[in-house]
Amino acid sequence: MTDDDLDQIDRNRRHFLAIATAVTGLVGAGVAIYPFLASLKPSARAQALGAPVEVSIGSLEPGEMVRVLWRGKLVFVLRRTEEMLKHLGDNLDMLKDPNSEVVEQQPEYAANATRSVKPEYLVVEGSCTHLGCAPIEDFEVRPADHWTGGFFCPCHGSKFDLAGRVYNGVPAPTNLRIPPHRFVRDDLVLIGQDAGAA
Amino acid sequence: MSRIESEVGKPKGGLMKWIDDRFPFTETMKYHVTEYYASKNFNFWYVFGVLAFVVLIIQLLSGIFLTMNYKPSSAEAFASVEYIMRDVEWGWLIRYMHSTGASFFFIVVYLHMFRAMLYGSYKKPRELLWIIGMMIFFVLFAEAFSGYLLPWGQMSYWGAQVIISLFGAIPVVGDGIVEFIRGDYSISDITLNRFFALHVIALPLALIGLVFVHIVALHEVGSSNPDGIEIKKKKGSDGIPLDGVAFHPYHTSKDLVAIIIFLMLFCAVIFFAPEMGGYFLEYANFEPANLMATPEHIAPVWYFTPFYSILRAVPDKLWGAMLMGGSVLLPMFLPWLDRSRVRSIRYRGWIYKSALTCFAISFIALGWLGTQPAEAVYVLAARFFGIIYFAFFLLMPYYTAIDKTKPVPDRVVYHG
Amino acid sequence: MGKSMKVLFAVTATFVCMSAFASGGGEDLEKSEIDPGNINSLQRGARNFMNYCSGCHSAKYVRFNTIGKYLELSDKQLIDNLMFNAEKTFETINVSMRSGDARKWFGTLPPDMSLMGRSIGADYIFNFLKGFYIDPDSPTGVDNHFLPGTSMPHVLWELQGYQNAIYDSHEDAEGNVIREFAGMEPATAGLMSADEYDEFVRDTTNFLAYIAEPIRSERRKLGVWVMMYLIFFLIIASMLKNQIWKDVKK
Repeated sequence: MTDDDLDQIDRNRRHFLAIATAVTGLVGAGVAIYPFLASLKPSARAQALGAPVEVSIGSLEPGEMVRVLWRGKLVFVLRRTEEMLKHLGDNLDMLKDPNSEVVEQQPEYAANATRSVKPEYLVVEGSCTHLGCAPIEDFEVRPADHWTGGFFCPCHGSKFDLAGRVYNGVPAPTNLRIPPHRFVRDDLVLIGQDAGAA
Repeated sequence: MSRIESEVGKPKGGLMKWIDDRFPFTETMKYHVTEYYASKNFNFWYVFGVLAFVVLIIQLLSGIFLTMNYKPSSAEAFASVEYIMRDVEWGWLIRYMHSTGASFFFIVVYLHMFRAMLYGSYKKPRELLWIIGMMIFFVLFAEAFSGYLLPWGQMSYWGAQVIISLFGAIPVVGDGIVEFIRGDYSISDITLNRFFALHVIALPLALIGLVFVHIVALHEVGSSNPDGIEIKKKKGSDGIPLDGVAFHPYHTSKDLVAIIIFLMLFCAVIFFAPEMGGYFLEYANFEPANLMATPEHIAPVWYFTPFYSILRAVPDKLWGAMLMGGSVLLPMFLPWLDRSRVRSIRYRGWIYKSALTCFAISFIALGWLGTQPAEAVYVLAARFFGIIYFAFFLLMPYYTAIDKTKPVPDRVVYHG
Repeated sequence: MGKSMKVLFAVTATFVCMSAFASGGGEDLEKSEIDPGNINSLQRGARNFMNYCSGCHSAKYVRFNTIGKYLELSDKQLIDNLMFNAEKTFETINVSMRSGDARKWFGTLPPDMSLMGRSIGADYIFNFLKGFYIDPDSPTGVDNHFLPGTSMPHVLWELQGYQNAIYDSHEDAEGNVIREFAGMEPATAGLMSADEYDEFVRDTTNFLAYIAEPIRSERRKLGVWVMMYLIFFLIIASMLKNQIWKDVKK
C-alpha cells in the first residue's frame, strides 16, 4: 500500500470515529437533558393539590348553586329545577354551538342536551371562554328578552344558558367548559375524575 | 494581487459571510480554537482547567433548576429541599448533581492550582492570569459559603454562625461588620434571603465574568507546558510553533477523554455514594436548623478545612482570623515570591521539590485535621503543619534563589 | 504514569478509604444489619411505625402513595393497614397530636422521623430502640442509654419487656469511683423473645432508613446504566483521540 492509501484509511477511520463520538455524545446529552425538562412537570405535591374535589350535593335545593375550587379554577354545581330543564331547548337557534360540537369544551359523556351526567345537576367551570372572568348567575326568566335564565359575564357582556352554552352576538367564542366529573353517590359528585375511572 | 489580507481564509459567500460581515465569528474561532496552538506534551495535570469549566456549567445548570423549586425563607427552605428530593420529578438527581458538583469544583480547582505550582504557570508573563485565577478562587469560596446556608440545616446555620462571627474579631468595627453582613441581630431569614441573592445571581455573574477574562488572559500569552518552555520561541516556516498543536482538534479530542473520565467519577459519586461518608453531604445537615441546639462538632465543609485548621491552631481570636485570611491570600503573591529562573519542577533542584512536597502534605494534613475535634494532639499537629504552610511561601524568595536548577531544553519533552 | 500522579492517587485512595469509615454515631453501636432490598421487612417496618410511632412522630415529608409503590401495597392495603388519620393516599404521614399539647406533655416536640435514617443513622436508631432501661427517678420511669434524659417513654415495653442497666464500679488512679456501663439485664419479660424483638426493631429501622431516601434503590439501578454508557463513550472517544494524535511527531 502506498503512503496515500494509508493516509486515506486513516482519514476514513478518523471520520468514522468522529461521527461515532459525536452521535454517542449527542445521545448522552439528550438523555441527560431529559431529567431537567421532566422536573418541570407537575410535582407530586402539585398532583396532590390538584386532586379531584368532592362536593356534597345532598342538601342542594332545586335552583340552588354551589361554588367550589378545583385546581385553582372556579366550578359551579347547579341543581336545575324542572322549569329550567323544560326550557333548556327553547333558544337553540340563538346559540353558537347548541349541540356541543366543539369537543374540547366538554367530556364525551356531557356532549348531550343537558351537557351533564345527570340532567338535574349542571357541573360547569365558572370561567368565561372570552377572557376568563367569572360569570354571574342570572336565573330570572325574562320572556320579553327571550331569556330563559343562565349566566352573564360582567366583563364584556357574554351570555350563557343554563347548560353553559354561549349565545350568538357575544364576544365569548365557545360554550363554558364542563370539567371531568362523576357521581360517587347520588349525593356526592367528584370533580376532576371521569366517569369510568377508578 | 489586491486581496484584502483580513479576508483570507474566510467564507466568500452564503450565511457565514453574512455573519462574518457583522460579527467576528470566523476570526474568533480561528484565533481561539482552530489556530490557537498549545504544547503537544500536556500531561494529566493540564486537564483541570477544562474540568473546572465543565463543573461550572454543571453547577449553573443544576442550580437554575434547583432555584425553580427552592424557597429562600427560613420557614420553608429545609422543606423545599426535601420537596425537591421527593416530590419533584428527578429533583433528587438535580440536587445530587449540585451538591457533588460543589465538592468536585474544589477538588478540580485545588489540583488546577497545584499544577501552576508544579510548572511555574504563574511566572512572567502569566502573573495577571494567576491573579485573575486567585480572584476566581476567592469568589468560589464566597459562592460555596453562601450556598451552604441555603438548605438551612444544622450545619448550614451553625457553620455560618461560626464563620460570620470571625469578622467580629476585627477591632473597633468588627461587631458592626458582623451585623451588617447578617442584616439582623443574629443569622435569620433576612440573612438567608440575601445569601440566596448572592449565591444565585451576584456571585455567579462575577464567576462567569472572571472565567471569561481568565481565558482571554490565557490566550493572550499562550498556554505554558510541563517543561515551562515558551513554544512561541521556536516556530516553523508557516509561523506555527514547532511544539504546538492546534487546540481543535488535538486538545479538544484529548480533553473529551478527560471529561468522560471525570464524568465517570462524578456519576459514580452521584449514583452510588452522594453523601461520600458525610463529607459531601454532612449528616448533621439532614436536621433542620435548630437555633437552640448546637451540634457536637461544627466543622466547615471539607474544602474549607485546611484554612479552618489554621484558624483553630492560633490561640488568639484576632490573630487566628488574620492568619487564616493570610493563608488564603498568600498564594496570590507566588509570582513574586518565586525567584527561580526556571518554571517547571522538572528542572528545579531538590530544595524546591522538597518544599513543594512538604507543602502538599501540610495542606492535606491541615485539611484532615480541620475535620477533627480540637483536641490536644490535633492542635499541636495543626500548629506544626501551619508553620510549614507559611514557611513554604515566606521563605520562598530565599530558597528558590539558592536552589540549583537544571538546564532547560529548547524543545518540549514529548514521548507520544 | 508520572510520579506526581502516583502520589496523588495514593493520597486520594487513602482519603476515600478513610471516608468510608467516617459514619455517623460515635460510641460502640451494634450493627443494625438492615437489608434495604427486603420488601417484606420494610412492609413490617411500615406497619410497626404506623402502629407504634406515628401517634407522636410525624414523617411529614413522606407520602403514603410513595411507600405504597415501593412496598408493593395497593391503595386499599395502604388505607386499611397504614392510614389511620389520612384519607387520601397522596397525603403525608402527619400526627394528630397538636404541637402545643406535645410540648406540654413531653416538654419537647417529638422529632419528625422523615430524615432520621440519614442524620443519625440506622445503627443509632437500632440501638436506641433497644436501649431503654428502668430509671425510677425519671418521669417516664425509664431512661435511654443512647439519649440520656430523653422524655420518650418506652413505647415498645409490651414487646420487649423492661431491662436494667448494669454498671461496673471501679476506682481510678486518684481514688475516684467510676461507674462504667456493662450492659443490660432483662427485668421483666415482654411478649417477644429477644430475637423476635431484634427483628421487630430491625424492620422498623429498615423502614426509617428507607423513608429517609426513598429513591435510593432506583438511583443505584440507574447508576449502573450510566456507568455502562460512560465506559462505552470513553472507549470511542479514546479511539478518536488516538487517531487524531497519531501524526503528532515526537
